[in-house]
Amino acid sequence: MVLFALYALAPLAWLVINASKTQQSMFDSFGLWFAGRFALLDNLHQVLTYDGGIYVRWLANTILYVVVGAGGATVLATLAGYGLAKYDFPGKRAVFATVLGAIAIPGTALAVPTFLMFSQLHLTNTIWAVIVPSLVSPFGLYLVWVYALDAVPTEILEAARIDGSGELRTFLTIGLRLLTPGVVTVALFAVVATWNNYFLPLIMLNDPNLFPLTIGLQQWNLRATGVNATPIYNLVISGSLLAIVPVVAIFLALQRYWQSGLAAGSVKA
Amino acid sequence: MGPATSLPRRRRSLAGLWFVVPFLAVFLFVLVVPVLYSLYLSVFQDKLIGGRSFVGLANYSQLFSDPKFWDGLGRVALFLAVQVPVMLGLALVAALAIDSGRLHGAPFFRMSVFLPYAVPGVVAVLMWGFMYGDQFGLAGNINKLVGHELLTPLSPQWILVAIGNIVTWEFVGYNMLIFYSALRSVPSDLYEAAAIDGAGAWRVVFSIKLPALRQAIVIATIFSIIGSFQLFNEPNILRTLIPSVIATYFTPNMYAYNLSFAGQQYAYAATLAIVMGVVTAVIAYVVQLRGSREANR
Repeated sequence: MVLFALYALAPLAWLVINASKTQQSMFDSFGLWFAGRFALLDNLHQVLTYDGGIYVRWLANTILYVVVGAGGATVLATLAGYGLAKYDFPGKRAVFATVLGAIAIPGTALAVPTFLMFSQLHLTNTIWAVIVPSLVSPFGLYLVWVYALDAVPTEILEAARIDGSGELRTFLTIGLRLLTPGVVTVALFAVVATWNNYFLPLIMLNDPNLFPLTIGLQQWNLRATGVNATPIYNLVISGSLLAIVPVVAIFLALQRYWQSGLAAGSVKA
Repeated sequence: MGPATSLPRRRRSLAGLWFVVPFLAVFLFVLVVPVLYSLYLSVFQDKLIGGRSFVGLANYSQLFSDPKFWDGLGRVALFLAVQVPVMLGLALVAALAIDSGRLHGAPFFRMSVFLPYAVPGVVAVLMWGFMYGDQFGLAGNINKLVGHELLTPLSPQWILVAIGNIVTWEFVGYNMLIFYSALRSVPSDLYEAAAIDGAGAWRVVFSIKLPALRQAIVIATIFSIIGSFQLFNEPNILRTLIPSVIATYFTPNMYAYNLSFAGQQYAYAATLAIVMGVVTAVIAYVVQLRGSREANR
């Protein structure tokens, strides 16, 4: 297990170490140890100010896409998963089969057709081109469904109904509370998926002012090649480090919740 | 007002529908309609002169005799056959070790193996790409140390292994966690019964733990298959370092991307997307079927 942990952590250590180097000492020092001037703060300052502070803009875009996209995906998946688990209505089986089938459709296979459709609707190169496709998480729906079957006893819902509580109120006051670990799990994985999204914004967006961090960093990386090459590797590396920190922090802070939520989803199918 | 129990069943079932409708609306818009639209596109051809014309299945027959398509498909199939078993095997070993109760600091190991999953794929590839490089990478450091070209992860022979390593690094922890969660849900009286029967540690692994993991393994395998067929980020970003080693049709997905955004061949790209979707769905379905059949035996 020590080997496992080393394998997982060494590259991250490399990232931290090299984020503290100047571009020059990156080239002429050993990769897994500090060297030269400790330039981390310098690098971070440059990351935030380079090109008129475009990195900050990318960070804000990423946060917007995550809050609206992943947040919306969580709300939709929670409502639908709960509805499918706890109600009977005509066409329910068909809905369920279609959504589960959709898990097997590669998102990237859809990207090209979605791009074509969105460009017909003049939605490409807008924030909606990134947000709207992120709103649907078939796997999230599946997780909530599994979780709701186990964690929300139908008898409690019946009792609430007898007390005169409406369906929506029953959901908000009872269902949602019992579903919390499942919802946190869905939210976290939606956040990671949106924060890390690369392919979709890559094809949907041209305007650097709309880029999320992932596309922005790759654009910086591309500066090292081509005719007017001006490598800014130190910024790519420090900017990458900065892009990881929030996601890792969220995971560490909420691990109690999402691990129990994941347990339900991994057993049944 | 009558008692709430007399609420007509119909109204209650409609309430259920209202919970599902918002999801379904977006689902139709971003999943069903694009699929139908690409089916429609795939039977047309765009020409510079003459515009769009109906060509029937011509795009499909062109695709099936397109060496670039087969090249990419063969590469991801090879990748799938090697990388997925390695990754899932490692994840299984790690999950069993962490669950065994004999490991000190298990929560620390669980979290550290999982952490790479939270790293954006782009960042992971940039990072590994730098480390692979001989300029300021670890590979370069090691080569300098031993005095000759020992490690050349970015060369044509090794590039697929190099990509496999990145993908394994990114997802081994995620799969480990799926397995670990499944192991946690084994009722503890099963272990007690095994102990009373005098079962050893290996016996417990093979008779209790692995059977309990079957469904989780099927799920993880299906997700990994989908991931392999979608392979795009890693080779596409590495391509900026080594354009001569990674072609524009290195994987089917890169081919589709380059067809549409560099070549404007949207109809052909849509055809490729459909074929890849069908291939993935069929293989995922077969795995699912085999997984559940073995479970019923």
